[in-house]
Amino acid sequence: MHTGRVFDIKRYAVHDGPGIRTTVFLKGCPLRCAWCHNPESQSPDIEFQWRGDSCIACDLCVDACPSDALQRNDAVGQQRNLERCIRCLSCAEACPSHATEAIGRDMTVDEVLAEVCRDAAFYDESGGGVTLSGGEPLVQSEFAIELLRRCGERGLHRAVDTCGCVPSESLLRAAEHAELFLYDVKHMDDEAHRKATGATNRLILDNLVALAGTGAGVEVRVPVIPGVNDDHDNARATARFLAGLDRPPSVRLLAYHPMARSKYLRLDLSQPMPGDVHTPTAAELAKFAEPFVNRSLNVTYHGDRSDEPAHANR
Amino acid sequence: MNPPTQTAETPAITERIARLRQQSFEAPVTLSSERAVLITEYYAKHHAKDSIPVTRAKALAYLYRHKTLYIGDGELIVGERGPKPKAVPTYPELTCHTAEDLRILNQRPMTRYLVDDADIEAYEQKVIPFWQGRTMRDRIFAGLSAEWNDAYEAGVFTEFMEQRAPGHTTLDGKFYDKGLNSFKRDIQQALDAIDFVADPEASAKREELSAMLIACDAVIDFARRHAELAEQLAEECDNNARRGELERIAEVCRRVPAEPPRDFHEALQMYWFMHLGTITELNGWDAMNPGHLDRHLIGFYEQGLADGSLTRESAKELLSCFWIKFNNHPAPPKVGVTAEESGTYNDFTNINLGGLLADGRDGVNELSYLMLEVMDEVHLLQPQGNIQLSRKNPDSFLKAACRVIRNGYGYPSVFNADGVVEQMVRCGKTIEDARAGGTSGCVETGAFGKEAYVLTGYFNTPKVLEVTLNNGVDPRTGKRIGPATGDPATFDTFDDLFAAFEKQLKHFVEIKVAGNQFIEQMYAKSMPAVFLSVLIDDCIQKGRDYNDGGPRYNTSFIQCVGIGTITDSLSAIKTHVYENGAIALGELVDALGNDFADHEPLRLTLANKTPRYGNDLDEADAIMQRVFDALHAEIDGRPNTRGGKYHVDMLPTTCHIYFGSVLGASADGRKASEPVSEGISPVQGADRHGPTAVVNSAAKMDQLRTCGTLLNMKFLPSVLAGEDGITHLASLVRAYFRMDGHHMQFNVCDANTLRDAQSHPERYRHLIVRVAGYSDYFCDLSVELQNEIIARTAQESV
Repeated sequence: MHTGRVFDIKRYAVHDGPGIRTTVFLKGCPLRCAWCHNPESQSPDIEFQWRGDSCIACDLCVDACPSDALQRNDAVGQQRNLERCIRCLSCAEACPSHATEAIGRDMTVDEVLAEVCRDAAFYDESGGGVTLSGGEPLVQSEFAIELLRRCGERGLHRAVDTCGCVPSESLLRAAEHAELFLYDVKHMDDEAHRKATGATNRLILDNLVALAGTGAGVEVRVPVIPGVNDDHDNARATARFLAGLDRPPSVRLLAYHPMARSKYLRLDLSQPMPGDVHTPTAAELAKFAEPFVNRSLNVTYHGDRSDEPAHANR
Repeated sequence: MNPPTQTAETPAITERIARLRQQSFEAPVTLSSERAVLITEYYAKHHAKDSIPVTRAKALAYLYRHKTLYIGDGELIVGERGPKPKAVPTYPELTCHTAEDLRILNQRPMTRYLVDDADIEAYEQKVIPFWQGRTMRDRIFAGLSAEWNDAYEAGVFTEFMEQRAPGHTTLDGKFYDKGLNSFKRDIQQALDAIDFVADPEASAKREELSAMLIACDAVIDFARRHAELAEQLAEECDNNARRGELERIAEVCRRVPAEPPRDFHEALQMYWFMHLGTITELNGWDAMNPGHLDRHLIGFYEQGLADGSLTRESAKELLSCFWIKFNNHPAPPKVGVTAEESGTYNDFTNINLGGLLADGRDGVNELSYLMLEVMDEVHLLQPQGNIQLSRKNPDSFLKAACRVIRNGYGYPSVFNADGVVEQMVRCGKTIEDARAGGTSGCVETGAFGKEAYVLTGYFNTPKVLEVTLNNGVDPRTGKRIGPATGDPATFDTFDDLFAAFEKQLKHFVEIKVAGNQFIEQMYAKSMPAVFLSVLIDDCIQKGRDYNDGGPRYNTSFIQCVGIGTITDSLSAIKTHVYENGAIALGELVDALGNDFADHEPLRLTLANKTPRYGNDLDEADAIMQRVFDALHAEIDGRPNTRGGKYHVDMLPTTCHIYFGSVLGASADGRKASEPVSEGISPVQGADRHGPTAVVNSAAKMDQLRTCGTLLNMKFLPSVLAGEDGITHLASLVRAYFRMDGHHMQFNVCDANTLRDAQSHPERYRHLIVRVAGYSDYFCDLSVELQNEIIARTAQESV
């Protein structure tokens, strides 16, 4: 029985591939991107978050904890001693107000599949399906590939949202069981990539070359992060690289948005992005898109006119 | 802050339409005593000279001969129920406002009706002295049982007919092919065929049919007066173009409704005289409705294009003029509890587009699209519109509707045409009659032009559970209103509790039905709808009135409210009392009685640690199904007094606010007096897994066994952006209808905009939001209702 560590299952996901989809988020990621929207997805461990504004100070969490890992005082709220915590989740189960929540639960393939299949009627009508995302879904490659295979048996359209920083063998096996990859390319310069994400880009770019050779559908996603990768040189280098692939993929630019900042607070994490970084405007995205357009790549981004008609790859 | 997305100015429309639209929008809603005074004059002089049907018909004729006419500058479609646009008449024979009522209407902050001192004086001197104690309302309340009154006062149910007539009527296409003169020949034939020797109902039939003849003449006479006024205005008119229009109006009004319309313009005017006739003779619920306007008019449209007398643009202008006429007719003001249950100017005309033709073919035509454009461009409070979506209808039609939906007026709402047909066939209608039918009012299913399908009142399902938990006593008043079904502390199993609930349910449904039977007969005998009976098959052939079983189909509905609240309450009890034993039922009832005072952790546990309806959780949805089955078993198929049956509707209008206000805390964590859930939507905020989960939960109700359900979805504008947003919305609808879902409506507005509108109503006078089965101006809603609309979960997507 394969189990995987899932941190969320989102239904009516409409930005993770064609149609109406269910996106399964798996926990754990090899990268540590400063702009990450899902910082709770990075660690492979089960984590906890505590929302002070929801807490009613009933102390049911403290009472429920079998290992004396929790304390609460009115000044700072809930304090968790992680060395004592045995991740039994009793505190989250006891909390009546969703103030204490566990992030991550272990599920079998059957359990996830049952959840995914609940929206089959919507996939049928919209041309949608299932998307595996994360974290990095292929960190849990055995689970992810088995889930993809089983979804395939049900005739579902399958997409994998990947950062590419995974063993080539995992990626290529996954390619046998998925129709579409949403593939992140963050920076063409290795040094800059290491600085921004904590990892080299070599494996990512090599994997993309290999993946493009398999015939799997690929949409490359470039997060446009001001001050990190939004310079013209990087745009040109990315466009040149993608245009040189066996089958040039479509490209979607994703504009940085500071909406994750409150999550970092809740998770008690330090803010990796400076607070003054703005969301790129449509004009700035258009400028970034120029080299892609010049190389005849199909590039879309929020706010452009090509956002209106159906996308070529959808 | 974003600027309001809806504005009064819409550039695409013609100068004439812009002007008429603005006038209609800005005209204050006033109350006119003219109808009340004329009807009172007639009754004072002639009461009891003739039979009741003939008296009703002659009173209409008297009213139509003497009422003030109005033809506005630039209008192409003419005729008002009141003396001028948005001047609302009253119906003292049904319910007679007191002078104090009128003063309150004149002063209240919301849905206000301006009343002149002269109108109040007319009421005090003429209307009130005559009608006091004689109105239908007075006579109905005097005749209902004590237990009915107890349940009514406790808020277990409401009663529709205590101040409006049975209504809910939609017309079919028959009068586009034949004028009232032709109807008169049919009536005369029926009169001639009466068997005065053998038929015990012969004299009743003669009176009813004679009254129909008088009513037809009254309506023809009313049109003739408009023709004369138009001719007079034409003579006085300096402007050549307008003079030509007035001469044309006169020609049209000389032709229809006596003779059938010959072109598009005459067809619209024909309908409008039918509309005015029915809403003037009585104040029926849900006003009047043209039904499948696109299919009724398509022949005239195509013929006009072919012979060159019409262009797409001129047809659109005529349609827009027609549209604006509906907005000139706000709902007549109510008194008492129904003012709270439905405080709105909306009178629920709900035009149907698309669907299936009687022979089963795709009913979408060019006018379906053109009318969606008009709906989008005119976007006033009235009329509302919907699409009847069949699997046979093209996606282009659905997407055209979705583009209007995205603009956020709350309409068109979307109905499952195939499901609607199946519902009607289940209820015994022929498949042809079912296809020619559709939905009206909010979401109710009916055979247009052939059925009286009467809403009788809302039913407060969570209140019945509350009474069950208190062993037959209403905890709000301490009064016993139901049978003693046992102290809940003694119930060993969830099934014991449910069995007690079913006993209470039976008790209250039977009280409601007994009251309905009495009221139905009051209307059958005392308040016939004579002109309406001309237009509904088979009243003429049967010689019976619309209110007396004359129609081909005669249905009574009870509208059940709060399925989300009762499901979650029962689920909470099942989970926390009977499964994990966290609390004894007796203790829980005490905590509810104290409105969870000092029990906040308990309240939150019930709210947050319970499987709740709307999340596609089978354990919760099974309870919803069980409650629905109990309601259905108790209501569906009971005979009414008009030869028809009772069926179940699941819709709230705004009654869930009132029903919540009479309900203590409930076991789903809801605090006392807060609204209950509306329609078949989940409890506000209980759905946490997005729109597909809501749809899956709702579809587990066997909606084909209802005659209408209401599902409200709220979307942020960003979710519907772009062509993908339209495609996703269309897919959501198609998937729900595949599962036999009946109806979906959409609010497209973000919470910040609504909050800003609450603080700055002056900037948002035009903001229309979906309430429940209809749309309303946000700024005209009560604060409670505004808050509730804001609280409804916005279906955010990742």
